[in-house]
Amino acid sequence: MNGFVALLLRDLRLVWRRPGDVAVVLAFFAVATVLFPLGIGPQSNLLARIAAGVLWCAALFASLLSLDRLFAADHEDGSLDLLLLAPWPLELAALAKCTAHWIVTGLPLAVLAPLLGVAFGLDGESLLALAATLLMGTPTLSLIGGLAAALTLGARRGGALLALLALPLCVPTLIFGAGAIEALAMSGNFATSLAILAALALVALATTPWAMAAALRQAGE
Amino acid sequence: MADLHFLANPARFRRFSQRVLPGLSLATLLSLGVGLWLALLQSPPDYQQGETVRIMYVHVPTAWLAMAGYALLAALGAALLVWRHPLAALMARAAAPVGACYALVCLLTGSLWGRPMWGTYWVWDARLTSMLLLFFLYLGHIALSRAYDDAERGDRAAAILALIGVINLPIIKFSVDWWNTLHQPASVARMGGPTIDPAILLPLLWMAGAFLLLFVLLVLVRTETEIDRRRLEIAEQNA
Repeated sequence: MNGFVALLLRDLRLVWRRPGDVAVVLAFFAVATVLFPLGIGPQSNLLARIAAGVLWCAALFASLLSLDRLFAADHEDGSLDLLLLAPWPLELAALAKCTAHWIVTGLPLAVLAPLLGVAFGLDGESLLALAATLLMGTPTLSLIGGLAAALTLGARRGGALLALLALPLCVPTLIFGAGAIEALAMSGNFATSLAILAALALVALATTPWAMAAALRQAGE
Repeated sequence: MADLHFLANPARFRRFSQRVLPGLSLATLLSLGVGLWLALLQSPPDYQQGETVRIMYVHVPTAWLAMAGYALLAALGAALLVWRHPLAALMARAAAPVGACYALVCLLTGSLWGRPMWGTYWVWDARLTSMLLLFFLYLGHIALSRAYDDAERGDRAAAILALIGVINLPIIKFSVDWWNTLHQPASVARMGGPTIDPAILLPLLWMAGAFLLLFVLLVLVRTETEIDRRRLEIAEQNA
């Protein structure tokens, strides 16, 4: 557990010293979202209807953006070899990396999304649902993305390949995340969607660290 | 499983496949011929769908085999990661594009059938969408296994992906079902027996068998090619 905390703090400290990396991801999220009204037109009822889907898709792309560096930097400077040799499980190390990724991307995205949601004309309850589903869903995105990053470590055309691997696996999260706002409008609550998102996060938590560790061991060979 | 272990050796597999291939090719050709004759000429048109029901004889078997093909990829992935079977990697490499083609044929025939029946080539229906996602999973597998200079690394990465994919496939299917349902429910494998008339069911099952033979044939031939390719690469490295 000490190793987990140490690695998590190290990754957070690295980001803290270079906050520009996070700012770029958030800026991408904002710009990508703003393009939709420009592309579709300013009718406010249409925008309110598509807001959840647009914000969720943009959050999905934004969280993929920073992923190809998740293990690559450690691979290049040799830290990954030390992690492979370390006396504590590689699964925990992979989990720590994903947790750090979530704290610096998923969490800020969930905070920023309601602000952009206001511009799309979402009401108060929907904004709350949007933030809650993003909080519950982005850990899954970080875990699945982390797995894709570990699998493509050292591959040719890494970035695009990473997206091709991760996006189909992220579909359930997207469906229930964006569906929650629709469910709220239909039935007045989104607890079911939130519970399913939590279940998806738990499935990802139970499977991806092992797969990530297996992939990292191959990369280290 | 123990009986299949002797095939893990590529040289032995080659001897086995070369003995099987002539008979298998003949059987595939014959059963496809008879199947097409049954499906296109012998079977009656559907009372609602008319002649377009004949598209089903290609559409449904390819759908079944596209799904089974991904399960095969996962099983081969497990064999590679657990037992390090050298042949499993080559066979997965050979099978993935075949499975992807089956998924694509399923999607294309489905959209050709959808045009007269639903009035549109594509609807965002649950079954179509999950088949499309399966196609993307195949593409990811193919791209990943060929993305490394070191072929073995690509094979093992793709094996992990296939295992994670097969866990996620039911979840994707469930979520897409929840998302939208317009496609007709399953009508062959269900409780209380099939709801399809035997005059249509028989050619359908026959075609499924023919497509299965074709799948096995293509995978065997492509696996042999992969073995040759790997040998060439090693020979080039040594030269």
